[in-house]
Amino acid sequence: MAEKTILGEYLRGIVKDNPVLALVLGLCPALAVTTSVENAIGMSGAALFVLLGSNIMVSALRKQIPPIIRIPMFIIIICTFVTIIDMVMEAYTPPLYKALGIFIPLIVVNCIIIGRAEAYAIKNNVKYSIVDAFGIGTGFLVVLVAIGAIRELLGTGAIVLFGFKLISIPIYSDTPATFMILPAGAFMTIGVLMALVNYNRIRKLKKGA
Amino acid sequence: MEDVSLFAIAINGIFVKNFLLVQFLGLCSFLGVSKETKSAAGMSAAVMFVMIMASIAAFLIYTFLLKPFGLTFLTTISFIIIIASLVQLVEFIIRKFSPPLYRSLGIFLPLITTNCAILGVVILNVRLEYGFIESVFYGFTAGVGYTMVMLIMSSIREKCSVLRIPEAVQGIPHAFFITTLLSMAFVNFFGVIPT
Repeated sequence: MAEKTILGEYLRGIVKDNPVLALVLGLCPALAVTTSVENAIGMSGAALFVLLGSNIMVSALRKQIPPIIRIPMFIIIICTFVTIIDMVMEAYTPPLYKALGIFIPLIVVNCIIIGRAEAYAIKNNVKYSIVDAFGIGTGFLVVLVAIGAIRELLGTGAIVLFGFKLISIPIYSDTPATFMILPAGAFMTIGVLMALVNYNRIRKLKKGA
Repeated sequence: MEDVSLFAIAINGIFVKNFLLVQFLGLCSFLGVSKETKSAAGMSAAVMFVMIMASIAAFLIYTFLLKPFGLTFLTTISFIIIIASLVQLVEFIIRKFSPPLYRSLGIFLPLITTNCAILGVVILNVRLEYGFIESVFYGFTAGVGYTMVMLIMSSIREKCSVLRIPEAVQGIPHAFFITTLLSMAFVNFFGVIPT
């Protein structure tokens, strides 16, 4: 890679290395909790916190961690932060905690976080690792909110965010397509999103060639 | 939770709350491995085996170690360590006693440590307050559900490999569309077990 800039590293996480759509990591939470925008924001907030914590710790300790046991070390570092966010959310945001269910402890096995530790934080200094965490975290947030918004809008006919009704479709919301809130809707939404991303990429490639 | 019949747990684990299609657990490996029936079967067998073993080990550690000493905040970290060491152990045992099985399952075993389905089973066992028999049985039925969907999916994908699919939809988007249809079928099981 050529010159690294903070903005470049940040944007890379959102567009080129987008964790869900480009790298196809962390699918389970991306589909399971996106029945509403609110849950999507809560989930990506928790993931961002863990990612930030683990990236900082891993890159700060990168000279001390022996290469052979790096994976167990990553898991323990990640686990520590997951336990912290798990207890904090249980104490301060019980409804959100209940909605996200077992997906908070499951952040431990989220491939995004361990993937960033392995691919980035172990090789780069703390400053860039923080930027990388924010970039990837934002990328995750963008996709989750997009899926959440599509599913909530089509599935309930309105988007409700922290008690406020943001958008609602007048006639449609009387008989919304509940299908979108069900698991099948999640698979379809992400399938369509990925196909669109692929379509865009292929079109760009063809233009360049 | 009291009075959960084993039959209800079985129907729940296999159909109503199918791990892959309804609870979205273990999707990463699902999409990666379901291209061929052979590797799908291998992965499913490994997952089922580790699920049962992990349910047993996690139950024992949780009831006799974490709970009596008030260490429940260590649940996640101890479960992940249990699973990781169990996977290692299983790998050693299989390699020693059955080299042919090791050759077919071997490559899937390391993948299992970070499979959310396994950690999902043990955490759900704790959250639903299942007893020993229920935990192990839930682990088993969740594994059966996983295997079933894995086999259906891989055979559909194998058949689809001869189709002409638009370039943009090839690969993972296409797998998601198949999953959508499968998931729609499973959604019909909602409400079979009154909660």
